[in-house]
Amino acid sequence: MIRSHVLICGGTGCTSSGSAALANKLTEELKAKGLEEEIKIVMTGCFGLCALGPIMIVYPEGTFYSMVTEDDIPEIVEEHLLKGRIVDRLVYKDGVEHEDASAAASLSDTNFYKKQKRVALRNCGVINPEAIDEYIAMDGYFALAKALKEMTPDEVIQTILDSGLRGRGGGGFPTGRKWMFAKASVSDKKYVVCNADEGDPGAFMDRSVLEGDPHAVIEAMAIAGYAIGADEGWVYVRAEYPIAVKRLQIALDEAREYGLLGKNIFGSDFNFDIHIRLGAGAFVCGEETALLTSIEGNRGEPRSRPPFPAVKGLWGQPTIVNNVETYANIPQIILNGSDWFKSFGTAGSPGTKVFALGGKIKNTGLVEVPMGTTLREVIEEIGGGVPNGKKFKAAQTGGPSGGCLPASLIDTPIDFDTLIKAGSMMGSGGLIVMDEDTCMVDIAKFFLEFTVDESCGKCAPCRIGTVRLLEILNKITDGNGEMEDLDKLEELANYIKSASLCALGQTAPNPILSTLRFFRDEYIAHIVDKKCPAGVCKGLLSYEIDADKCKGCTLCARVCPAGAISGKVKEAHVIDKTKCVKCGACIEKCKFGAISKK
Amino acid sequence: MKSFEELMAIKAKMQDKVAVRQAADNTIRVVVGMATCGIAAGARPVLNAFVEGVNEAGMAETVTVTQTGCIGICQYEPVVEVFEKDKEKTTYVKMTAEKAQEVIEKHIKGGKPVTEYTIGATKL
Repeated sequence: MIRSHVLICGGTGCTSSGSAALANKLTEELKAKGLEEEIKIVMTGCFGLCALGPIMIVYPEGTFYSMVTEDDIPEIVEEHLLKGRIVDRLVYKDGVEHEDASAAASLSDTNFYKKQKRVALRNCGVINPEAIDEYIAMDGYFALAKALKEMTPDEVIQTILDSGLRGRGGGGFPTGRKWMFAKASVSDKKYVVCNADEGDPGAFMDRSVLEGDPHAVIEAMAIAGYAIGADEGWVYVRAEYPIAVKRLQIALDEAREYGLLGKNIFGSDFNFDIHIRLGAGAFVCGEETALLTSIEGNRGEPRSRPPFPAVKGLWGQPTIVNNVETYANIPQIILNGSDWFKSFGTAGSPGTKVFALGGKIKNTGLVEVPMGTTLREVIEEIGGGVPNGKKFKAAQTGGPSGGCLPASLIDTPIDFDTLIKAGSMMGSGGLIVMDEDTCMVDIAKFFLEFTVDESCGKCAPCRIGTVRLLEILNKITDGNGEMEDLDKLEELANYIKSASLCALGQTAPNPILSTLRFFRDEYIAHIVDKKCPAGVCKGLLSYEIDADKCKGCTLCARVCPAGAISGKVKEAHVIDKTKCVKCGACIEKCKFGAISKK
Repeated sequence: MKSFEELMAIKAKMQDKVAVRQAADNTIRVVVGMATCGIAAGARPVLNAFVEGVNEAGMAETVTVTQTGCIGICQYEPVVEVFEKDKEKTTYVKMTAEKAQEVIEKHIKGGKPVTEYTIGATKL
């Protein structure tokens, strides 16, 4: 008889910090102690607190252990699982102050989880994603049963419309409207497509949903198929998400075996099945028309819309394309109703949103909060703030298509419309935090390099325009910028926005425009003063040795890879600036703080 | 799957098994002392009896069975404490698997503590 469950995160984050080895070690130890009949090990999807992985939760106590190593396992088994004494030193207790040790260890009390509301991620880190029975125990496939038994397709669409659910992939288009258009298109063949081509640097919301709760996406796609009259679905997922692909495949096999996919589902005359198409990792294939053409086997390039996919999509047939996180919300809306969904979030953006926290923040990981939560709550309370006592400078949302919000806008409530008004966008949910050591010109350059690489080359404004933008940025960071370059940047950016064929090009200049808007002084410092205030842009830095502080230990000269430092033992050294490659190795080695970069 | 009833059956079968992970708002908490003293005195069969008994009674969702360290009264082990919302806690001492059955029947299900097994009866 099982009395306790040990949940170990098997998401990509914790897998790379060694969670699989932990599970093996735990299995061994349990066997050695004769506990294998009493304690069950469950590999789950992402818990969200990736920075502290590998993560392990012990139920029924709900004890949350973080950064567990193989060496900790014997202690956990001996102390906690055998004797019931929680291993205090491994317990994650940020923000929790209780006298009762077991309560202090409870997951939901920590700052990281307290403000979260999990809808799309509700099963992630709770169930074993490779066991369909566990999903069913959590009301899985009940929404599909309800839709098929009690609702007409129009009622399903009306419920989604009423809920106000908007596309979580970034566009924010009302999902119910998309379904309505596809339903209205007359055709004997229609398709339901799931966009799992998550490409923003640092974003991993969709990966975590597929890894932690793949059946939710399958169930939602079947519901969508019933609503619009489609019998076939495609999931377009990146080949570089091997764990997600594997779990999705297992989930599809299980669903087919149970007859939850296939013919006459729940005894109705509704048939539905799903195929997986692996994408090769091109950013542009996250754009819906490029994605569809890639599924068809062609080169991933967008085409102009209209006709929208709801009218003419996959193989010319009416098609809906929704994002993974959007689908993950659907079964909950069908089960609990549109009013329940609207009870979270704001009037214009109901529900919750998953964010991938990254950059200069303590709790790197995955969070789900009601729309309308402020940036400050997400960054300072849930994310634990900027580490090492540094000052918060900006938050980047929306990846390469989004923008940077400065510290003055930290109290902005996050929803689709407020972010656009503030000069950024929701995007798929990447949230990168920057501190005072981040150069905003360099950040704009980073995202431009990404879009230049990822531009598919079909239309000229994007293919050529982004390269020209990057050249101007390089000129500025190399110290050759002129003030008129700023006007040129702005003018060109606006042309690219209005003339590009798809969203990739239309949004590519956003990182430049938003940093120009909020951090113009940094651009001016690069151009006029020839200085990079954050000390990042190599072209504007120079390294110098303070002759008074230098003891002549020769260490810097020995580590310099370019042979740029010279000087005699016990005499002050000097850096030859023409040879210096500005790698910073000398600063790291100097014990006397004699070297500075300016 | 041809019918909704089949889905319900799977859910019913599985619910007890995952209920252990949803312990948050349970009304009754059964805590078994599982320190060295407790284990030596036979706490393990007691713990298992509670886990099995609660599951058999179909109460896995409202009753959490968990373990704790040494309560401090080693000579009275195995010790089991029952916490109920808005009620005083009950402390059972010198428990056995058989006594556990009785506690489940009379206390957990019936709402009446089995006074003769409690610490009060030992005249401590």
